[in-house]
Amino acid sequence: MLIIKNLSVAVDTKPLLTNLSVTLSAGTVTACLGPNGSGKSSLLATIMGHPKYTVTAGDIMLDGQSIIGWSVTQRAKAGLFLSLQQPFEIPGVTLRTLLKEAFCALHGPDALDLYVDRLTQAMSLLSLDYQFLDRGVHAGLSGGEKKITEMLQLLVLRPRYVLLDELDSGLDVDALKRVTKALHAFKKVCPNSVLLMVTHYTRLFDELAPDQVVILEAGSMTHMGGTELITTVHAQGFAGLMHQDDTHGV
Amino acid sequence: MEFNKGLNRTLVEQLSATKQEPVWMLEARLKALEIFESKPMPAWGADLSELDQDNICYYLKAGQQQTSWDKVPDHIKQTFEALGVPQAERSFLAGVGAQFESEVIYQSLQKKWQDKGVIFCDTDTALQKYPELFKKYFATVIPAADNKFSALNTAVWSGGSFVYVPAGVHIDEPLQAYFRIDQQQMGQFERTLIIAEPGSSVHYVEGCSAPVYRSSSLHSAVVEVIALEGAQVRYTTIQNWSNNVYNLVTKRAIAYKNAHVSWVDGNFGSKVTMKYPCIVLKEEGAQGQVLSIAVAGAGQHQDAGAKMIHVASHTRSSILSKSISKEGGRSSYRGLVKVIPGLTGVYTRVQCDALLLDSKSRSDTYPTLDIRSERVDSGHEASVSSIDAEQLFYLMSRGLTEQQAQAMIVNGFIDVFVKELPMEYAVEINRLIAHEMEGSIG
Repeated sequence: MLIIKNLSVAVDTKPLLTNLSVTLSAGTVTACLGPNGSGKSSLLATIMGHPKYTVTAGDIMLDGQSIIGWSVTQRAKAGLFLSLQQPFEIPGVTLRTLLKEAFCALHGPDALDLYVDRLTQAMSLLSLDYQFLDRGVHAGLSGGEKKITEMLQLLVLRPRYVLLDELDSGLDVDALKRVTKALHAFKKVCPNSVLLMVTHYTRLFDELAPDQVVILEAGSMTHMGGTELITTVHAQGFAGLMHQDDTHGV
Repeated sequence: MEFNKGLNRTLVEQLSATKQEPVWMLEARLKALEIFESKPMPAWGADLSELDQDNICYYLKAGQQQTSWDKVPDHIKQTFEALGVPQAERSFLAGVGAQFESEVIYQSLQKKWQDKGVIFCDTDTALQKYPELFKKYFATVIPAADNKFSALNTAVWSGGSFVYVPAGVHIDEPLQAYFRIDQQQMGQFERTLIIAEPGSSVHYVEGCSAPVYRSSSLHSAVVEVIALEGAQVRYTTIQNWSNNVYNLVTKRAIAYKNAHVSWVDGNFGSKVTMKYPCIVLKEEGAQGQVLSIAVAGAGQHQDAGAKMIHVASHTRSSILSKSISKEGGRSSYRGLVKVIPGLTGVYTRVQCDALLLDSKSRSDTYPTLDIRSERVDSGHEASVSSIDAEQLFYLMSRGLTEQQAQAMIVNGFIDVFVKELPMEYAVEINRLIAHEMEGSIG
């Protein structure tokens, strides 16, 4: 279980997030929606431990332990995984190298049989050619290929806490289908994993229904509820939530 | 036989007499000594002011170099440990004793080469056994007067490799100096001569990624390569000297008609390295390539680069130089591309990329393009980068430690170089980079 409790976050001294609280239970999918600049990506990066973000108040509890002060590596080893909206390029490093090193870092160097099994399954599920593994990490990849690269890592590493930042942005219909197929496959092999998906579109949730929905605006959580929030956002935009504040506001 | 420190005429005479050399070689040595004494220290490049010439042993016989494992510094031992260097090789690399296991491999390969007429032996042996061949080519590519240190090497050279490949012979597996060194300790003033007859091909590999410890502080080698018509020669060097060594090396190749020569040069370690492998593209169709990396850590200055001299039309050259500076280390790229007047169809490319791991470290680029012909397709690109915090964050979010992430980024940076190495070297280099990253994070 991942518990975010009265969390406030700043970059330098500028406050970005104020007093957020949400509980993510094992096996659930949480959608986090909000307009551009509402602090969604900052929330994910903070949970992953990006050094740019300072927690000024509150706590992040992973399986009952506070992870404030943990390094990014420690958090990854505790089961957290972040897929960035725009993953960075690492020139000269192949996806094959990254996958293997990451797998060994998380599961130890003796688990290579398991690695090969998972990789074979994931490559087949995503209909990928093995030559794809010899390409550079995100270097020279299209938007769709970058997200497929992230999904491949998700399927091979099988983290317990998955933070997905704008997974659907910049994807065409076919790429979106492959990504959702990967997510369904992941849910199937890791039914107890926690998914926190940040987006400002709603189309991803047509395929993967969330168990809870939170709305962020200007660094604060304005609404929490179920899929009916998505329906409203889809039909009327974030402004459409304004008159519902009486029923769903937090 | 043991010589006093300091260099003089008597020492050179003794050295030549000990080796029972022909008179012409003694004369060449003595003439080179005069040139060495008359030339000033180079006023450019790395700082050599702390190099104490009077305190250098100019000739050490095998077995005299390093006497005891106990005297090998701890940090060298730790590096062996981290690299997983087998115990038998450690003593050898540290200069404590000879490595025996390679002898068997060497003997079987030696037989195979001999059947094809290939000569691969140490340079002193070559002078005794193949005097005519030796005299025909020795110091024809790099005369003693080329520079102060080529003069020094010519005066006091000892050891090194001699390679002769007959016309049309292709040697499949790389010739490794490593196999040979057990017979003759790696010297301070090695002299290497490679002759590739028309239509032959050879890949020569020297060095290894594990640190080579020497109590002596000056290593000054000369390497001459002659690639005759249509020959292909690749010369790969991986050097990781202990950080007390001044490594001042002259390397030059002459590429005749349609010959291809490449220098693949990896410089780790040493206190100061000055090394600019050169290719003279002497006849039409000749091609030259230099691929180099240099890693400069605390107290180290890697002044390395390449030279391409185009003296014939329809010749091509490319230089790719990568440097990594960390913990206040300094790396410089110093290069020359020269095209004489009146040529056509010349193509040349230079790319130098520097990676700075911290703000204390330094990188400089000194490229010289001296192009006197009009129809030359030339290009020069240079870049300086540092490791991006976002790259580190991304890799750490996959479970890598900061050191592992940094090593992965550095290995990615030098990947184009590592890909050119024989497999076992490539693996070693990746491990060495990982080891070098330890302790470089504050």
